[in-house]
Amino acid sequence: MAPPAAAPRFGRSLGAAALIGAALMAGVDEIVFHQVLGWHHFYDRATPAVGLLSDGLLHAAELIALVAGFFLAADLYRRGELHGPAVRAGALLGLGGFQLFDGVVDHKLLRLHQIRYGVDPLPYDLAWNGAALVLLAAGGALLWRARRAGSGRPR
Amino acid sequence: MTTAHGVHGGHGGHGGAGGGAVADLLGWAPLGAVLAGALGGYVWAALRARRTARGWSAWRTASFAAGVALLAAAALPAAAQAAHADPRGHVLQHLAVGMYAPTALVMAAPVTLALRTLPPAGRRRLARLLSGRVPHVLGHPVAALALDTGGLYLVHLTPLYAAAQAHPGVHALVHAHYLAAGCLFAWAVAGPDPAPRRPGTGVRLGALFAAAAAHAVLAKLLYAHPHLWPPGATANGADAAVLMYYGGDGAELLLAVALFAAWYRRRGRAPGRYAAPAPAGP
Repeated sequence: MAPPAAAPRFGRSLGAAALIGAALMAGVDEIVFHQVLGWHHFYDRATPAVGLLSDGLLHAAELIALVAGFFLAADLYRRGELHGPAVRAGALLGLGGFQLFDGVVDHKLLRLHQIRYGVDPLPYDLAWNGAALVLLAAGGALLWRARRAGSGRPR
Repeated sequence: MTTAHGVHGGHGGHGGAGGGAVADLLGWAPLGAVLAGALGGYVWAALRARRTARGWSAWRTASFAAGVALLAAAALPAAAQAAHADPRGHVLQHLAVGMYAPTALVMAAPVTLALRTLPPAGRRRLARLLSGRVPHVLGHPVAALALDTGGLYLVHLTPLYAAAQAHPGVHALVHAHYLAAGCLFAWAVAGPDPAPRRPGTGVRLGALFAAAAAHAVLAKLLYAHPHLWPPGATANGADAAVLMYYGGDGAELLLAVALFAAWYRRRGRAPGRYAAPAPAGP
């Protein structure tokens, strides 16, 4: 019953892995920074109402992205369409993308909460968003390499 | 029947615990008997279905039993008192009655079981009932979302919560609504039971996304504005809001997994859909 080996699907593999990566980074944020370290606050008195709404939307999106990513990847794997290099690139892009979004939009624009309280947030913000850029750069490099390797072969 | 006896027997050992506790347990007994009856009926039908060629999954039976057990526990007098005195108890009750128990009951596919085990006349009646206008409209994910999440907002953002605290009748109605709307939502979004003209995966996923977001927003709103809890229940309001925020995640994850698992199975059965030539990459 196994399907014939199909051509790996680059875009879908990239997308599924990016969903998982972003959701995992959101989970790490929730578990490590909110619960374990207790640095992030559940709610910050400086949060505007639109921040509460966007937090709810983001929280729901993380939850669904995690499940959707795993099932999409499982479906691709079942058909032999999972593109390995695209998965690695997508996962890093997802991890870094969420980290950067969280660091810029959630922490600064919507002011949901700061990274840590009672200290100067600037070094934390720099480290946070710097790490995001490193992840994004690594993902981008893998993506570029995978695309270049892929374009040489018939697909 | 058995449950009512068990309650009496269990209480006899304590002696002198006060007449109030006895009355509370007696008040719980009818609900316990109804739940025991539902479980008994399900198990009886499941045993009959197991003897047929298609069988019946023990997981479904276990899911139904878990749902019934959650409802029974949430309705116990001790739980009711905790919920009355403390918003954390109220949130636990809301999670159990409105989210986890409905998910467990719906995943047990009770309608499928009934359709398999009822005599032909009853089966036809049930099928006709299900294909009617009312289940179609109420069973639409958007309608179910409005009833479920709308009810939740109504309870927490209007004086309804305080009214339920004061009047046992209102309290019972609120919980009956939590349970019914929760079952309707789980059934509409990810139910394994057959539902004629059920909308596609996208619509159901959208409803689940909206419900999860609305639940999280309400929890943070209650955290940010503790005065929204009824007077006298604000002491642990912040903890209750956090419990609501994270407690909802588990039920929403279960529904998302059920929804995508059904999508995954359907795709596995439709080989024609991926035989089409893949479009050229970007």
